[in-house]
Amino acid sequence: MVMYEKTAEHFGKKFKDLPEGHLLVNLGPSHPATHGILQNVIQIDGERVVDTESVIGYVHRCFEKLGERYDYNQFLVCTDRMNYVSTPLNNIGWILTVEKMMQIQVPERVTYVRMIISELSRIMDHIICNGIMGVDLGAFSGLLHLFHHRENIYQILEKLTGARLTTTFCRVGGMERDIYPEFQSEIKTVIKGLKPALDEFQDLLIRNKIFNERTAGIGGLSADRAIAYGFSGPNLRAAGVPWDVRKDDPYMFYDKVDFDIPVGEDGSALDRTLVRMEEMRQSMRIIEQLIDGIPEGPYHADVPHTFLPPKDRVYHNMEELIYHFKIIMHGVKVPPGEYYMSTEAANGELGFYVVSEGEKSPWRVHVRRPCFWYYQAFPELVKGGLLADTIATMSSLNVIAGELDC
Amino acid sequence: MKDTITEYLNSRFSEVLLPQRDINTNLLYFTIKKEALPTVVQTLKDHPEFAFTYLNDLTSVDWLGKREPRFEVVYLLRSPKNKHFRLQLRVPVGEGEEVPSIVSIFPSANWPEREVYDLMGIPFSNHPQLERLIMPDNFIGHPLRKDYPLEGPGQDYLIEDLLTIHVNEDIAG
Repeated sequence: MVMYEKTAEHFGKKFKDLPEGHLLVNLGPSHPATHGILQNVIQIDGERVVDTESVIGYVHRCFEKLGERYDYNQFLVCTDRMNYVSTPLNNIGWILTVEKMMQIQVPERVTYVRMIISELSRIMDHIICNGIMGVDLGAFSGLLHLFHHRENIYQILEKLTGARLTTTFCRVGGMERDIYPEFQSEIKTVIKGLKPALDEFQDLLIRNKIFNERTAGIGGLSADRAIAYGFSGPNLRAAGVPWDVRKDDPYMFYDKVDFDIPVGEDGSALDRTLVRMEEMRQSMRIIEQLIDGIPEGPYHADVPHTFLPPKDRVYHNMEELIYHFKIIMHGVKVPPGEYYMSTEAANGELGFYVVSEGEKSPWRVHVRRPCFWYYQAFPELVKGGLLADTIATMSSLNVIAGELDC
Repeated sequence: MKDTITEYLNSRFSEVLLPQRDINTNLLYFTIKKEALPTVVQTLKDHPEFAFTYLNDLTSVDWLGKREPRFEVVYLLRSPKNKHFRLQLRVPVGEGEEVPSIVSIFPSANWPEREVYDLMGIPFSNHPQLERLIMPDNFIGHPLRKDYPLEGPGQDYLIEDLLTIHVNEDIAG
Protein backbone atom coordinates (compact mmCIF):
# COMPACT_ATOMS: atom_id res chain seq x y z
CA MET A 1 0.00 0.00 0.00
CA VAL A 2 1.54 3.25 -1.16
CA MET A 3 -0.39 5.38 1.29
CA TYR A 4 0.86 3.47 4.28
CA GLU A 5 4.49 3.64 3.20
CA LYS A 6 4.25 7.39 2.69
CA THR A 7 2.76 7.84 6.10
CA ALA A 8 5.44 5.69 7.70
CA GLU A 9 8.09 7.78 5.97
CA HIS A 10 6.48 10.92 7.26
CA PHE A 11 6.52 9.71 10.84
CA GLY A 12 10.06 8.52 10.39
CA LYS A 13 10.99 12.12 9.65
CA LYS A 14 9.14 13.60 12.59
CA PHE A 15 10.20 11.03 15.17
CA LYS A 16 13.63 10.05 13.86
CA ASP A 17 16.46 9.31 16.27
CA LEU A 18 14.23 8.29 19.16
CA PRO A 19 16.22 8.17 22.40
CA GLU A 20 16.79 4.69 23.77
CA GLY A 21 13.79 3.34 25.61
CA HIS A 22 11.30 5.59 23.82
CA LEU A 23 8.49 3.93 21.91
CA LEU A 24 6.03 4.99 19.23
CA VAL A 25 2.47 3.96 19.97
CA ASN A 26 -0.38 4.21 17.49
CA LEU A 27 -3.59 5.25 19.20
CA GLY A 28 -6.12 4.69 16.47
CA PRO A 29 -7.20 5.08 13.68
CA SER A 30 -9.62 2.35 14.76
CA HIS A 31 -9.66 2.43 18.51
CA PRO A 32 -12.77 2.45 20.70
CA ALA A 33 -11.60 5.58 22.50
CA THR A 34 -10.91 7.72 19.43
CA HIS A 35 -14.60 8.56 18.82
CA GLY A 36 -14.47 7.92 15.13
CA ILE A 37 -11.48 7.29 12.94
CA LEU A 38 -8.57 9.37 14.16
CA GLN A 39 -4.94 8.49 14.57
CA ASN A 40 -2.51 9.68 17.19
CA VAL A 41 1.10 8.66 16.95
CA ILE A 42 2.42 8.98 20.48
CA GLN A 43 6.05 8.90 21.51
CA ILE A 44 6.31 7.55 25.04
CA ASP A 45 9.06 7.21 27.58
CA GLY A 46 7.79 4.52 29.90
CA GLU A 47 4.28 5.74 30.73
CA ARG A 48 4.99 9.40 29.97
CA VAL A 49 3.96 11.09 26.74
CA VAL A 50 6.90 12.90 25.13
CA ASP A 51 5.36 14.03 21.84
CA THR A 52 2.37 13.30 19.66
CA GLU A 53 1.30 13.79 16.09
CA SER A 54 -2.37 13.74 15.11
CA VAL A 55 -3.47 12.39 11.77
CA ILE A 56 -6.96 13.27 10.60
CA GLY A 57 -8.79 12.98 7.32
CA TYR A 58 -9.94 9.37 7.52
CA VAL A 59 -13.60 10.34 7.17
CA HIS A 60 -13.11 13.40 4.99
CA ARG A 61 -15.97 13.72 2.49
CA CYS A 62 -15.19 17.16 1.09
CA PHE A 63 -18.53 18.63 2.11
CA GLU A 64 -17.30 22.11 1.21
CA LYS A 65 -16.80 20.95 -2.38
CA LEU A 66 -20.22 19.27 -2.38
CA GLY A 67 -21.71 22.53 -1.15
CA GLU A 68 -20.51 24.18 -4.34
CA ARG A 69 -22.52 21.69 -6.38
CA TYR A 70 -25.66 21.20 -4.30
CA ASP A 71 -28.33 23.80 -3.89
CA TYR A 72 -28.94 25.41 -0.52
CA ASN A 73 -31.58 22.96 0.65
CA GLN A 74 -29.65 19.95 -0.63
CA PHE A 75 -26.58 20.90 1.40
CA LEU A 76 -28.70 20.37 4.49
CA VAL A 77 -28.17 16.62 4.25
CA CYS A 78 -24.41 17.21 4.42
CA THR A 79 -24.76 19.16 7.65
CA ASP A 80 -26.58 16.16 9.14
CA ARG A 81 -23.44 14.15 8.75
CA MET A 82 -21.08 16.58 10.45
CA ASN A 83 -21.76 16.33 14.16
CA TYR A 84 -23.95 13.26 13.94
CA VAL A 85 -24.61 13.19 17.69
CA SER A 86 -26.71 16.36 17.57
CA THR A 87 -27.78 16.77 13.95
CA PRO A 88 -30.55 19.38 14.35
CA LEU A 89 -28.03 21.91 15.68
CA ASN A 90 -26.05 21.70 12.45
CA ASN A 91 -29.22 21.90 10.36
CA ILE A 92 -30.37 25.00 12.17
CA GLY A 93 -26.95 26.68 11.90
CA TRP A 94 -26.91 26.25 8.13
CA ILE A 95 -30.52 27.27 7.56
CA LEU A 96 -30.17 30.38 9.72
CA THR A 97 -27.20 31.45 7.59
CA VAL A 98 -29.13 31.03 4.35
CA GLU A 99 -32.17 32.80 5.78
CA LYS A 100 -29.97 35.66 6.87
CA MET A 101 -28.58 35.97 3.35
CA MET A 102 -32.08 35.93 1.89
CA GLN A 103 -33.41 38.20 4.67
CA ILE A 104 -36.30 35.91 5.45
CA GLN A 105 -38.24 36.38 8.67
CA VAL A 106 -39.60 33.06 9.85
CA PRO A 107 -42.81 32.83 11.91
CA GLU A 108 -42.39 32.78 15.69
CA ARG A 109 -43.72 29.24 15.85
CA VAL A 110 -40.77 28.03 13.76
CA THR A 111 -38.20 29.78 15.95
CA TYR A 112 -39.75 28.35 19.12
CA VAL A 113 -39.65 24.81 17.79
CA ARG A 114 -36.12 25.27 16.45
CA MET A 115 -34.92 26.48 19.84
CA ILE A 116 -36.57 23.58 21.66
CA ILE A 117 -35.06 21.09 19.26
CA SER A 118 -31.66 22.78 19.56
CA GLU A 119 -31.64 22.46 23.31
CA LEU A 120 -32.84 18.85 23.17
CA SER A 121 -29.97 18.13 20.78
CA ARG A 122 -27.50 19.79 23.12
CA ILE A 123 -28.70 17.48 25.89
CA MET A 124 -28.32 14.46 23.60
CA ASP A 125 -24.80 15.48 22.67
CA HIS A 126 -23.70 16.06 26.25
CA ILE A 127 -25.21 12.75 27.40
CA ILE A 128 -23.10 10.94 24.83
CA CYS A 129 -19.96 12.93 25.62
CA ASN A 130 -20.12 12.46 29.37
CA GLY A 131 -21.42 8.92 29.18
CA ILE A 132 -18.84 7.70 26.68
CA MET A 133 -16.15 9.40 28.69
CA GLY A 134 -17.10 7.13 31.56
CA VAL A 135 -16.99 4.14 29.22
CA ASP A 136 -13.52 5.11 28.00
CA LEU A 137 -12.35 5.22 31.59
CA GLY A 138 -13.96 1.91 32.45
CA ALA A 139 -17.39 2.85 33.83
CA PHE A 140 -20.26 1.59 31.71
CA SER A 141 -23.33 1.97 33.88
CA GLY A 142 -23.41 5.79 33.73
CA LEU A 143 -23.92 5.76 29.98
CA LEU A 144 -26.58 3.07 30.18
CA HIS A 145 -28.40 5.00 32.85
CA LEU A 146 -28.72 8.14 30.73
CA PHE A 147 -29.07 6.42 27.38
CA HIS A 148 -32.65 5.58 28.15
CA HIS A 149 -33.47 9.29 28.32
CA ARG A 150 -31.51 10.01 25.16
CA GLU A 151 -33.59 7.35 23.46
CA ASN A 152 -36.73 9.17 24.59
CA ILE A 153 -35.49 12.35 22.88
CA TYR A 154 -34.70 10.34 19.75
CA GLN A 155 -38.27 9.09 19.69
CA ILE A 156 -39.54 12.67 19.73
CA LEU A 157 -37.19 13.54 16.86
CA GLU A 158 -38.32 10.47 14.98
CA LYS A 159 -41.96 11.43 15.32
CA LEU A 160 -41.18 15.02 14.33
CA THR A 161 -38.86 14.48 11.39
CA GLY A 162 -39.28 10.86 10.36
CA ALA A 163 -35.64 10.06 11.01
CA ARG A 164 -33.52 9.42 14.05
CA LEU A 165 -29.97 10.20 13.08
CA THR A 166 -30.09 12.21 9.85
CA THR A 167 -32.97 14.46 10.70
CA THR A 168 -32.65 17.02 7.85
CA PHE A 169 -35.06 18.95 9.99
CA CYS A 170 -35.29 22.54 8.74
CA ARG A 171 -35.98 24.05 5.37
CA VAL A 172 -35.11 27.51 4.15
CA GLY A 173 -37.95 29.61 5.53
CA GLY A 174 -39.36 27.13 8.00
CA MET A 175 -39.58 23.52 8.94
CA GLU A 176 -40.10 20.38 6.95
CA ARG A 177 -43.45 19.80 8.67
CA ASP A 178 -45.47 21.03 11.60
CA ILE A 179 -45.14 19.60 15.09
CA TYR A 180 -47.41 16.72 16.08
CA PRO A 181 -50.14 17.14 18.73
CA GLU A 182 -48.37 15.42 21.65
CA PHE A 183 -45.06 17.22 21.01
CA GLN A 184 -45.23 19.46 24.07
CA SER A 185 -46.51 16.90 26.55
CA GLU A 186 -43.93 14.32 25.47
CA ILE A 187 -41.05 16.75 25.91
CA LYS A 188 -42.33 17.64 29.37
CA THR A 189 -42.35 13.96 30.29
CA VAL A 190 -38.79 13.54 29.02
CA ILE A 191 -37.55 16.49 31.06
CA LYS A 192 -39.35 15.27 34.15
CA GLY A 193 -37.50 11.97 33.90
CA LEU A 194 -34.17 13.48 32.92
CA LYS A 195 -33.81 15.82 35.88
CA PRO A 196 -33.42 13.15 38.60
CA ALA A 197 -31.44 10.98 36.17
CA LEU A 198 -28.80 13.70 35.80
CA ASP A 199 -28.43 13.95 39.57
CA GLU A 200 -28.11 10.18 39.80
CA PHE A 201 -25.54 10.22 37.01
CA GLN A 202 -23.56 12.82 38.87
CA ASP A 203 -23.62 10.70 42.04
CA LEU A 204 -22.84 7.52 40.17
CA LEU A 205 -20.01 8.64 37.92
CA ILE A 206 -18.67 12.07 38.66
CA ARG A 207 -18.53 11.65 42.41
CA ASN A 208 -16.88 8.30 41.92
CA LYS A 209 -13.35 8.39 43.36
CA ILE A 210 -11.69 6.62 40.44
CA PHE A 211 -13.34 8.86 37.85
CA ASN A 212 -12.41 11.92 39.86
CA GLU A 213 -8.79 11.00 40.22
CA ARG A 214 -8.47 10.12 36.56
CA THR A 215 -9.93 13.42 35.35
CA ALA A 216 -9.18 16.14 37.92
CA GLY A 217 -6.28 18.27 36.74
CA ILE A 218 -5.84 16.15 33.60
CA GLY A 219 -5.60 17.68 30.13
CA GLY A 220 -6.07 21.20 31.43
CA LEU A 221 -5.46 24.38 29.50
CA SER A 222 -5.34 27.88 30.93
CA ALA A 223 -7.88 30.44 29.76
CA ASP A 224 -5.28 32.33 27.71
CA ARG A 225 -4.03 29.24 25.94
CA ALA A 226 -7.59 28.07 25.29
CA ILE A 227 -8.37 31.40 23.62
CA ALA A 228 -5.09 31.28 21.71
CA TYR A 229 -6.05 27.86 20.35
CA GLY A 230 -9.46 29.04 19.22
CA PHE A 231 -11.41 27.01 21.77
CA SER A 232 -15.13 27.69 22.09
CA GLY A 233 -18.16 26.14 23.71
CA PRO A 234 -17.97 23.94 26.83
CA ASN A 235 -14.22 23.37 26.48
CA LEU A 236 -13.51 27.09 26.62
CA ARG A 237 -16.02 27.70 29.39
CA ALA A 238 -14.40 24.93 31.43
CA ALA A 239 -11.23 27.05 31.36
CA GLY A 240 -13.19 29.85 33.03
CA VAL A 241 -14.10 32.01 30.02
CA PRO A 242 -17.83 32.76 29.94
CA TRP A 243 -18.26 33.06 26.17
CA ASP A 244 -21.40 31.73 24.58
CA VAL A 245 -22.66 32.69 21.13
CA ARG A 246 -26.21 32.50 22.48
CA LYS A 247 -25.40 35.40 24.82
CA ASP A 248 -22.68 37.27 22.93
CA ASP A 249 -24.26 37.36 19.51
CA PRO A 250 -27.85 36.28 20.13
CA TYR A 251 -29.77 34.59 17.37
CA MET A 252 -33.33 33.27 17.39
CA PHE A 253 -34.89 34.22 20.78
CA TYR A 254 -31.91 33.46 23.00
CA ASP A 255 -31.85 37.05 24.24
CA LYS A 256 -35.40 36.62 25.54
CA VAL A 257 -34.91 33.53 27.69
CA ASP A 258 -33.15 33.23 31.03
CA PHE A 259 -30.23 30.91 31.37
CA ASP A 260 -26.80 30.95 32.97
CA ILE A 261 -23.43 30.16 31.50
CA PRO A 262 -21.63 27.62 33.66
CA VAL A 263 -17.86 28.05 33.84
CA GLY A 264 -15.09 25.85 35.19
CA GLU A 265 -11.80 26.75 36.82
CA ASP A 266 -8.79 25.03 35.33
CA GLY A 267 -10.17 23.62 32.09
CA SER A 268 -9.35 20.04 33.10
CA ALA A 269 -11.21 16.99 31.91
CA LEU A 270 -13.29 17.00 35.09
CA ASP A 271 -14.24 20.64 34.61
CA ARG A 272 -15.37 19.97 31.06
CA THR A 273 -17.58 17.15 32.29
CA LEU A 274 -19.08 19.31 35.03
CA VAL A 275 -19.72 22.21 32.64
CA ARG A 276 -21.57 19.84 30.33
CA MET A 277 -23.67 18.52 33.21
CA GLU A 278 -24.73 22.02 34.16
CA GLU A 279 -25.37 22.98 30.53
CA MET A 280 -27.87 20.16 30.27
CA ARG A 281 -29.76 21.60 33.24
CA GLN A 282 -29.67 25.06 31.66
CA SER A 283 -30.97 23.62 28.40
CA MET A 284 -33.92 22.10 30.25
CA ARG A 285 -34.52 25.50 31.84
CA ILE A 286 -34.69 27.10 28.39
CA ILE A 287 -37.04 24.42 27.10
CA GLU A 288 -39.35 24.88 30.08
CA GLN A 289 -39.62 28.58 29.34
CA LEU A 290 -40.56 27.94 25.73
CA ILE A 291 -42.59 24.78 25.68
CA ASP A 292 -45.94 26.20 26.76
CA GLY A 293 -45.65 29.34 24.71
CA ILE A 294 -45.32 27.91 21.20
CA PRO A 295 -47.51 30.32 19.23
CA GLU A 296 -50.08 29.16 16.74
CA GLY A 297 -49.45 29.85 13.09
CA PRO A 298 -47.84 28.51 9.93
CA TYR A 299 -44.70 26.41 10.04
CA HIS A 300 -42.97 28.25 7.22
CA ALA A 301 -42.55 31.82 6.10
CA ASP A 302 -44.93 33.16 3.50
CA VAL A 303 -42.22 33.92 0.96
CA PRO A 304 -42.74 32.69 -2.60
CA HIS A 305 -40.01 30.61 -4.24
CA THR A 306 -38.73 29.18 -0.97
CA PHE A 307 -41.18 26.55 0.10
CA LEU A 308 -42.83 23.71 -1.80
CA PRO A 309 -46.52 24.60 -2.19
CA PRO A 310 -49.13 22.18 -0.78
CA LYS A 311 -49.80 19.24 -3.07
CA ASP A 312 -53.51 19.95 -3.63
CA ARG A 313 -52.63 23.38 -4.98
CA VAL A 314 -49.84 21.96 -7.15
CA TYR A 315 -52.32 19.57 -8.76
CA HIS A 316 -54.87 22.25 -9.60
CA ASN A 317 -52.95 25.44 -10.16
CA MET A 318 -50.45 26.15 -12.93
CA GLU A 319 -48.54 28.81 -10.98
CA GLU A 320 -48.01 26.50 -8.02
CA LEU A 321 -46.86 23.74 -10.33
CA ILE A 322 -44.25 26.08 -11.80
CA TYR A 323 -43.06 27.09 -8.33
CA HIS A 324 -42.79 23.46 -7.42
CA PHE A 325 -40.60 22.72 -10.43
CA LYS A 326 -38.50 25.83 -9.95
CA ILE A 327 -37.72 24.98 -6.33
CA ILE A 328 -36.90 21.37 -7.15
CA MET A 329 -34.77 22.18 -10.19
CA HIS A 330 -33.16 25.50 -9.30
CA GLY A 331 -33.43 25.67 -5.54
CA VAL A 332 -33.95 28.86 -3.60
CA LYS A 333 -32.64 32.20 -4.85
CA VAL A 334 -29.94 33.63 -2.68
CA PRO A 335 -28.76 37.13 -3.65
CA PRO A 336 -25.03 37.68 -4.23
CA GLY A 337 -23.12 38.32 -1.05
CA GLU A 338 -20.90 36.86 1.62
CA TYR A 339 -22.09 35.94 5.06
CA TYR A 340 -20.60 34.46 8.18
CA MET A 341 -23.05 33.28 10.76
CA SER A 342 -22.23 31.32 13.86
CA THR A 343 -24.41 29.43 16.28
CA GLU A 344 -23.65 27.74 19.57
CA ALA A 345 -23.66 24.07 18.73
CA ALA A 346 -23.24 21.47 21.47
CA ASN A 347 -19.51 21.40 20.86
CA GLY A 348 -18.87 25.12 20.51
CA GLU A 349 -19.08 27.80 17.88
CA LEU A 350 -20.29 26.32 14.61
CA GLY A 351 -19.88 28.87 11.84
CA PHE A 352 -20.88 28.86 8.19
CA TYR A 353 -19.12 31.17 5.77
CA VAL A 354 -21.04 31.31 2.53
CA VAL A 355 -20.11 33.14 -0.67
CA SER A 356 -23.03 33.46 -3.06
CA GLU A 357 -22.79 34.70 -6.64
CA GLY A 358 -26.55 34.56 -7.10
CA GLU A 359 -26.43 31.13 -8.64
CA LYS A 360 -28.17 27.90 -7.76
CA SER A 361 -25.31 26.73 -5.56
CA PRO A 362 -23.02 28.74 -3.31
CA TRP A 363 -19.70 29.73 -4.89
CA ARG A 364 -17.93 28.75 -1.69
CA VAL A 365 -19.03 27.17 1.57
CA HIS A 366 -16.76 26.96 4.55
CA VAL A 367 -17.64 25.36 7.85
CA ARG A 368 -15.95 26.57 11.00
CA ARG A 369 -16.29 23.42 13.04
CA PRO A 370 -15.34 23.58 16.71
CA CYS A 371 -13.64 20.15 16.89
CA PHE A 372 -11.06 21.17 14.32
CA TRP A 373 -9.74 23.95 16.57
CA TYR A 374 -9.73 21.80 19.72
CA TYR A 375 -7.89 18.92 18.27
CA GLN A 376 -4.87 20.90 17.11
CA ALA A 377 -4.19 21.64 20.79
CA PHE A 378 -4.10 17.93 21.60
CA PRO A 379 -0.26 17.61 21.70
CA GLU A 380 -0.02 20.48 24.15
CA LEU A 381 -2.79 19.00 26.31
CA VAL A 382 -1.21 15.57 26.70
CA LYS A 383 2.54 16.26 26.66
CA GLY A 384 4.17 15.26 29.92
CA GLY A 385 1.14 13.32 31.12
CA LEU A 386 0.54 9.60 31.32
CA LEU A 387 -0.43 7.58 28.29
CA ALA A 388 -3.69 6.55 29.97
CA ASP A 389 -4.57 10.22 30.49
CA THR A 390 -4.63 10.88 26.74
CA ILE A 391 -7.85 8.87 26.66
CA ALA A 392 -9.48 11.01 29.35
CA THR A 393 -8.34 14.18 27.58
CA MET A 394 -9.61 13.15 24.17
CA SER A 395 -12.97 11.99 25.53
CA SER A 396 -13.48 15.21 27.44
CA LEU A 397 -12.75 17.33 24.35
CA ASN A 398 -15.66 15.59 22.58
CA VAL A 399 -13.81 15.21 19.30
CA ILE A 400 -16.24 13.90 16.70
CA ALA A 401 -14.55 12.65 13.55
CA GLY A 402 -17.43 13.53 11.23
CA GLU A 403 -17.28 17.15 12.29
CA LEU A 404 -13.49 17.33 12.51
CA ASP A 405 -12.90 16.13 8.95
CA CYS A 406 -16.04 17.55 7.41
CA MET B 1 -16.85 50.62 16.43
CA LYS B 2 -16.97 50.31 12.64
CA ASP B 3 -15.99 53.92 12.08
CA THR B 4 -13.23 53.90 14.68
CA ILE B 5 -11.53 50.89 13.16
CA THR B 6 -11.92 52.15 9.60
CA GLU B 7 -10.43 55.47 10.60
CA TYR B 8 -7.59 53.81 12.48
CA LEU B 9 -6.65 51.43 9.70
CA ASN B 10 -6.93 54.14 7.07
CA SER B 11 -4.61 56.44 8.93
CA ARG B 12 -2.12 53.85 10.14
CA PHE B 13 -2.01 51.37 7.24
CA SER B 14 -3.14 53.43 4.26
CA GLU B 15 -0.26 52.17 2.11
CA VAL B 16 -1.18 48.48 2.53
CA LEU B 17 -4.96 48.76 2.17
CA LEU B 18 -6.17 47.77 -1.29
CA PRO B 19 -9.27 49.12 -3.02
CA GLN B 20 -12.34 47.13 -2.00
CA ARG B 21 -15.01 45.50 -4.04
CA ASP B 22 -18.54 46.32 -3.06
CA ILE B 23 -19.66 43.17 -1.27
CA ASN B 24 -23.03 42.55 0.30
CA THR B 25 -21.86 41.19 3.63
CA ASN B 26 -22.65 41.23 7.33
CA LEU B 27 -19.02 41.79 8.30
CA LEU B 28 -16.73 44.78 8.31
CA TYR B 29 -13.91 43.85 5.94
CA PHE B 30 -10.62 45.20 4.66
CA THR B 31 -8.54 44.03 1.75
CA ILE B 32 -4.84 44.21 2.50
CA LYS B 33 -1.56 43.38 0.83
CA LYS B 34 -0.28 39.98 1.81
CA GLU B 35 3.16 41.23 2.92
CA ALA B 36 1.54 43.42 5.55
CA LEU B 37 -0.73 40.76 6.99
CA PRO B 38 1.30 39.77 10.10
CA THR B 39 1.87 43.42 11.04
CA VAL B 40 -1.79 44.32 10.70
CA VAL B 41 -2.97 41.25 12.59
CA GLN B 42 -0.44 41.79 15.37
CA THR B 43 -1.40 45.46 15.68
CA LEU B 44 -5.11 44.69 15.83
CA LYS B 45 -4.46 42.01 18.44
CA ASP B 46 -2.24 44.16 20.66
CA HIS B 47 -4.26 47.37 20.36
CA PRO B 48 -5.61 48.04 23.87
CA GLU B 49 -8.93 49.39 22.60
CA PHE B 50 -9.71 47.05 19.69
CA ALA B 51 -8.15 43.88 21.18
CA PHE B 52 -8.90 41.41 18.40
CA THR B 53 -7.54 38.59 20.52
CA TYR B 54 -9.43 35.68 19.01
CA LEU B 55 -8.90 34.16 15.59
CA ASN B 56 -12.43 33.17 14.69
CA ASP B 57 -11.99 31.64 11.28
CA LEU B 58 -9.46 31.25 8.50
CA THR B 59 -10.29 30.09 5.02
CA SER B 60 -9.83 30.87 1.35
CA VAL B 61 -11.89 31.43 -1.78
CA ASP B 62 -10.97 30.45 -5.34
CA TRP B 63 -12.27 33.04 -7.83
CA LEU B 64 -11.19 31.13 -10.93
CA GLY B 65 -12.54 32.82 -14.04
CA LYS B 66 -14.25 35.56 -12.05
CA ARG B 67 -11.57 37.75 -10.54
CA GLU B 68 -7.87 38.48 -10.50
CA PRO B 69 -5.78 37.50 -8.62
CA ARG B 70 -7.23 34.07 -8.38
CA PHE B 71 -7.34 33.41 -4.63
CA GLU B 72 -8.35 35.25 -1.53
CA VAL B 73 -7.37 34.14 1.96
CA VAL B 74 -9.96 35.28 4.46
CA TYR B 75 -9.25 35.90 8.13
CA LEU B 76 -11.98 36.52 10.68
CA LEU B 77 -10.90 38.18 13.92
CA ARG B 78 -13.09 38.63 16.96
CA SER B 79 -12.80 41.21 19.68
CA PRO B 80 -14.38 39.85 22.88
CA LYS B 81 -13.72 43.16 24.56
CA ASN B 82 -16.00 45.02 22.13
CA LYS B 83 -19.10 42.86 22.40
CA HIS B 84 -17.49 40.16 20.25
CA PHE B 85 -17.23 42.46 17.26
CA ARG B 86 -15.99 40.67 14.15
CA LEU B 87 -13.60 41.98 11.51
CA GLN B 88 -12.65 40.31 8.28
CA LEU B 89 -9.29 40.68 6.58
CA ARG B 90 -9.07 39.61 2.95
CA VAL B 91 -5.74 38.92 1.31
CA PRO B 92 -5.65 38.52 -2.49
CA VAL B 93 -3.14 35.91 -3.64
CA GLY B 94 -2.10 34.86 -7.12
CA GLU B 95 -1.39 31.28 -8.10
CA GLY B 96 1.93 30.01 -6.69
CA GLU B 97 2.34 32.99 -4.39
CA GLU B 98 2.99 32.59 -0.69
CA VAL B 99 1.12 34.20 2.18
CA PRO B 100 2.95 34.93 5.45
CA SER B 101 1.84 32.60 8.19
CA ILE B 102 0.31 34.04 11.36
CA VAL B 103 0.94 30.97 13.54
CA SER B 104 3.42 32.96 15.62
CA ILE B 105 0.63 35.42 16.46
CA PHE B 106 -2.26 32.96 16.80
CA PRO B 107 -1.26 29.32 17.50
CA SER B 108 -4.76 28.40 16.40
CA ALA B 109 -3.90 29.33 12.79
CA ASN B 110 -1.75 26.21 12.48
CA TRP B 111 -4.29 23.69 11.26
CA PRO B 112 -6.53 26.09 9.32
CA GLU B 113 -3.47 27.25 7.34
CA ARG B 114 -2.48 23.66 6.69
CA GLU B 115 -6.02 22.96 5.56
CA VAL B 116 -5.95 25.88 3.13
CA TYR B 117 -2.56 24.67 1.85
CA ASP B 118 -3.84 21.13 1.47
CA LEU B 119 -7.23 21.74 -0.11
CA MET B 120 -6.66 25.01 -1.97
CA GLY B 121 -2.91 24.82 -2.62
CA ILE B 122 -1.93 28.20 -1.16
CA PRO B 123 1.46 27.93 0.60
CA PHE B 124 2.23 29.84 3.79
CA SER B 125 5.73 31.11 4.45
CA ASN B 126 7.25 30.56 7.90
CA HIS B 127 4.68 27.95 8.82
CA PRO B 128 6.20 25.52 11.37
CA GLN B 129 4.86 22.37 9.68
CA LEU B 130 3.43 23.02 6.25
CA GLU B 131 2.23 19.55 5.28
CA ARG B 132 -0.97 18.08 4.00
CA LEU B 133 -3.49 17.80 6.80
CA ILE B 134 -6.59 16.08 5.50
CA MET B 135 -5.60 14.39 2.23
CA PRO B 136 -2.93 11.65 2.19
CA ASP B 137 0.68 12.72 1.63
CA ASN B 138 0.80 11.30 -1.88
CA PHE B 139 -2.44 12.92 -3.07
CA ILE B 140 -2.07 14.88 -6.28
CA GLY B 141 -3.83 18.22 -6.69
CA HIS B 142 -5.86 20.40 -4.38
CA PRO B 143 -9.50 19.32 -4.31
CA LEU B 144 -11.15 22.58 -3.30
CA ARG B 145 -9.78 24.43 -6.33
CA LYS B 146 -12.50 25.20 -8.83
CA ASP B 147 -10.59 23.48 -11.65
CA TYR B 148 -10.24 20.23 -9.72
CA PRO B 149 -12.66 17.85 -11.45
CA LEU B 150 -15.58 16.84 -9.29
CA GLU B 151 -15.34 13.17 -10.19
CA GLY B 152 -11.61 13.04 -9.57
CA PRO B 153 -8.67 13.64 -11.88
CA GLY B 154 -8.83 12.50 -15.50
CA GLN B 155 -12.17 14.10 -16.37
CA ASP B 156 -11.03 17.50 -17.48
CA TYR B 157 -14.17 18.31 -19.45
CA LEU B 158 -15.82 19.12 -16.17
CA ILE B 159 -13.75 22.26 -15.74
CA GLU B 160 -15.44 23.87 -18.71
CA ASP B 161 -18.77 22.57 -17.52
CA LEU B 162 -18.27 24.01 -14.05
CA LEU B 163 -17.51 27.50 -15.28
CA THR B 164 -20.48 27.79 -17.59
CA ILE B 165 -23.16 25.63 -16.06
CA HIS B 166 -25.17 28.20 -14.15
CA VAL B 167 -24.44 31.25 -16.23
CA ASN B 168 -27.55 31.21 -18.37
CA GLU B 169 -29.99 29.91 -15.84
CA ASP B 170 -33.05 31.98 -15.15
CA ILE B 171 -32.96 32.41 -11.43
CA ALA B 172 -33.25 36.14 -11.12
CA GLY B 173 -37.03 36.30 -11.54
